Amino acid sequence: MAQAQRFLSALRHCQLLGMRVEQSDAEGMTLVLPYSPNIVGNPQTGAIHGGALTTLMDTTCGMATLCVLPVFEVCPTLDLRIDYMHPSEPGKDIYGYAQCYRVTRDVIFARGMAYQDDPQRPIAQVVGTFMRLGKAVKGGQGFASQLKESAQ
Amino acid sequence: MIPREVHRQLRAAHAEGNYAPLLALIPYAGLIGIECSRQGEDLLFRLPASPDNIGNPLLPAIHGGVIAGFMELSAALYLLIFSESAAIPKIIDFSVDYLRAGHVRDTYAQCQLWRQGRRVTNVAITAWQGSQAEPIATARAHFKIEELSPPLK
Repeated sequence: MAQAQRFLSALRHCQLLGMRVEQSDAEGMTLVLPYSPNIVGNPQTGAIHGGALTTLMDTTCGMATLCVLPVFEVCPTLDLRIDYMHPSEPGKDIYGYAQCYRVTRDVIFARGMAYQDDPQRPIAQVVGTFMRLGKAVKGGQGFASQLKESAQ
Repeated sequence: MIPREVHRQLRAAHAEGNYAPLLALIPYAGLIGIECSRQGEDLLFRLPASPDNIGNPLLPAIHGGVIAGFMELSAALYLLIFSESAAIPKIIDFSVDYLRAGHVRDTYAQCQLWRQGRRVTNVAITAWQGSQAEPIATARAHFKIEELSPPLK
């Protein structure tokens, strides 16, 4: 949980959006995107833009890899697909939940959803594939140990 | 619904190649800093380099969500200008493939309308930095539109 928060706080755009970790365990990752007038995409309805939602879900799916990997690895997104179920309601925070349902040597498959009040009524469903770069990425090990040390 | 007056403004914006008033209506457009310019009959979208859009502090690189948001917004604006939809195009689904890291430099996007039905459109979006032949991401989106008169393009 502390490691997840550390990780998220290193992502500048996520800080700009005010995102925070709601829950993190072996099962999956839940992040919160607070409602803000800055991220509205449709001024007629006050619904937030799909881009902010995509940022939430890309981050949530990407961070869900922390839940399944024994040691930190940089996992860039290979692809991401979002199905928009309902427009978001103005004024309400958005929760992103994701879990990894298959981990292979090179690739991690993740899926998740975004919702406001009711997880049973998601505003978006997401599926994505993430590349495992391993530990030996430039800067990756230093970053990993930073995450660990601050978590202790 | 889009009022008739707004359609007139959209056509005027396209005729003059000045899309700033249109972008000013969308808060998210201002947040990421998207710009739009006319290239002949086509539209070129630009996302100026900004440290606020970084999502990978190691490289550093632009957040994949911002790249996707930039592409989705480009597609929506493209449709708003080229399809005479009676309503603001509503995103149905969006699928993006990341091909290369998006470094902290200006990013460009262009759209292609592959299919314009009466209710649904299919748009492809390509994003690149240095060379258009080496895209950093490709995406496609479906949008719901409402009844069209013949398209401008």
